[in-house]
Amino acid sequence: MSSPISTSDTFYNHFRRHGISRRTFLNFCGVSAATLGLAPTMAGRIAHALETKPRTPVIWLHGLECTCCSESFIRSAHPLATDVILSMISLDYDDLIMASAGHQAEAILDDIRTRYRGQYILAVEGNAPFGQDGMSCFIAGRPFHEQLKEMAADCSAVVAWGSCASWGCVQAARPNPTQATPVDEIIRDKPVIKVPGCPPIAEVMTGILTYMLTFDRLPELDRQGRPKMFYGQRIHDKCYRRPHFDAGQFVERFDDEGARKGYCLYKVGCKGPTTYNACSTVRWNNGVSFPIQSGHGCIGCSEKGFWDKEGFYQHVTDTHVFGVEANADKVGLAAVGGVGAAIGAHAAYSAYRRGKQSVDQSAGAGEQTTAKATETESQD
Amino acid sequence: MQPSLPTTRQTAVYVYQAPLRAWHWINAAAITVLAITGWFIANPPPSLSGEASAHFQMGYIRFFHFAAAYVFAVGFLFRLYWAFVGNRYARQLFTLPFWRRSFWAELLHELRWYAFQEREPRKYVGHNPLAHLFMVVIITVGGLVMIFTGFALYSEQTGLGSWQDRLFGWVIPLVGQSQDVRMWHHWGMWVLVVFVMLHVYTAVREDVMSRQSLISTMISGWRMFKDDRP
Ligand code: HEM
Ligand code: HEM
Ligand code: SF4
Ligand code: SF4
Repeated sequence: MSSPISTSDTFYNHFRRHGISRRTFLNFCGVSAATLGLAPTMAGRIAHALETKPRTPVIWLHGLECTCCSESFIRSAHPLATDVILSMISLDYDDLIMASAGHQAEAILDDIRTRYRGQYILAVEGNAPFGQDGMSCFIAGRPFHEQLKEMAADCSAVVAWGSCASWGCVQAARPNPTQATPVDEIIRDKPVIKVPGCPPIAEVMTGILTYMLTFDRLPELDRQGRPKMFYGQRIHDKCYRRPHFDAGQFVERFDDEGARKGYCLYKVGCKGPTTYNACSTVRWNNGVSFPIQSGHGCIGCSEKGFWDKEGFYQHVTDTHVFGVEANADKVGLAAVGGVGAAIGAHAAYSAYRRGKQSVDQSAGAGEQTTAKATETESQD
Repeated sequence: MQPSLPTTRQTAVYVYQAPLRAWHWINAAAITVLAITGWFIANPPPSLSGEASAHFQMGYIRFFHFAAAYVFAVGFLFRLYWAFVGNRYARQLFTLPFWRRSFWAELLHELRWYAFQEREPRKYVGHNPLAHLFMVVIITVGGLVMIFTGFALYSEQTGLGSWQDRLFGWVIPLVGQSQDVRMWHHWGMWVLVVFVMLHVYTAVREDVMSRQSLISTMISGWRMFKDDRP
């Protein structure tokens, strides 16, 4: 179904062939510039790049995952953006939405890998399980990790979609029986751009691809490999309920007055203060809402290990060390109680001994030596 | 060996210089404020009603936490500096005679004294070995952990590229993620609280029961010995 891609083909030509008007195209460039937080004048640069640059293919692989990233992606807020982006990628290779199947589909992979060596972008949804000697998650008769390594060897960069590819997500939950392994732990010789979230926001996904394709460069990443433009701040930093947090107005229970008034969800376990994502600015479903806006705390779905914290509804979550799971406040309060009681008992006994000693001293012969005293002591 | 009437002669040694004593009390105050405000950051007081603009409760709690945090951190740096320029007792907080066998023997003796197995404690001009060990582990190591995790959390609000982020931001991925940093910071509070309880208790108890002064030493700097035996 995909027309054979010639190396000289530009994105713009490609769009036109797929029935996208120039007006739609320019509109898309403007929206992209805005989503990426670029100056309006950058829309022109994006348009120019897409008109002149040869089209870079994007390959989209699916490993161990639930496909929520794809589902999110194809619902990008701006329908034009979806059209444009989909025509950028879908026709090459994507298990979910490509028309071809079987050997025909696998042939596309080989074709792109050889003709665009070192140029194509490898987008990965899901991760690779290494349990059962790595003999799981089969695609075209081979385990997924083989396909992943093979395609990564010749790509320019890897985009790890979602929390699965970035951190492992629920299929890697303790004790991770399938040994689900995130992409950056498998591919070490190529830049891996993590776009975490379960799923990531559609505009974030399209925004990052547009940036990479038009500017031919990687977005600026933070220490954990996430694009700063979307993951540079916490949900809490831009949350519209933040004034209630600062004021000290909290939802104590989901059915209380505070919940109805839209107070801060911190006390019912909101992880906004520890979660880096764009939900509180970009929001979901065409910017309609996001979890906190509909009254539920953030569960931290874009953070490493969020699935193992055992506490979507409490602020002080459990800590796991050396196979032990413990809650800081429960242990802490018990320790303070225990130590307090021990101090009391120790003080009482110290006073008793001191009293006894001074009685002994005044009654006994003054000749008592330290050595003798110690002997008497141990006989008590 | 000893005459039955106790001799009343007391020897005194100048141990803790004024800057060290000032640091001790400022640091104690800072930790107290940090633990109380820290507890309320994790477990905020009951929700307030009315307009959000009429209150700034969490804002103040957090402000006092951060203000005390700066006092604590700057104090720590000052104390480190004082270890270099102060007298030999000023160095104890940052040095543990780990390889000195007598240290461990004396530590055991001190433990036995607390377990009522010794009739009297030994005398120390500086810290006794048990106090010494606890202070190095909990105040020096623990204090550093609180400063590193605390400033890593602080960097989240000052933002990427701030000095807090450049100096301490690496702590977050090292520990896992932001929530893990918060929880380790939170555990640290409990460790410090338990230390303070034991520290204050032993300071008072030893002041009464041991052969030397303690609390007044941290106030005046002079260590008084209650007898002249070794
Ligand atoms: C002895 C020292 C300290 C104690 C006992 C202490 C205690 C605490 C506790 C219990 C929390 C609540 C954690 C939670 O959410 O569960 C907290 C939060 C915090 N602490 Fe500390 N802390 C100390 C030192 C510091 C230092 C040196 C800093 C550095 C600036 C710092 C910065 C913070 C920050 C930024 C938060 C998070 C506040 C927020 O985002 O609302 N702390 N602290
Ligand atoms: C938050 C509370 C406190 C903390 C964190 C704390 C911490 C410390 C530290 C780190 C030292 C060692 C000083 C050095 O070598 O520079 C010390 C010594 C001392 N502190 Fe505290 N302190 C606290 C509260 C108190 C209180 C309330 C008292 C009095 C009842 C007290 C009495 C002493 C005494 C007597 C010493 C000297 C111990 C010795 O001579 O071996 N402290 N404290
Ligand atoms: S609802 Fe969550 S993200 Fe929003 S202010 Fe409260 S704690 Fe922060
Ligand atoms: S608000 Fe939090 S849990 Fe919800 S989608 Fe955003 S990052 Fe994930």
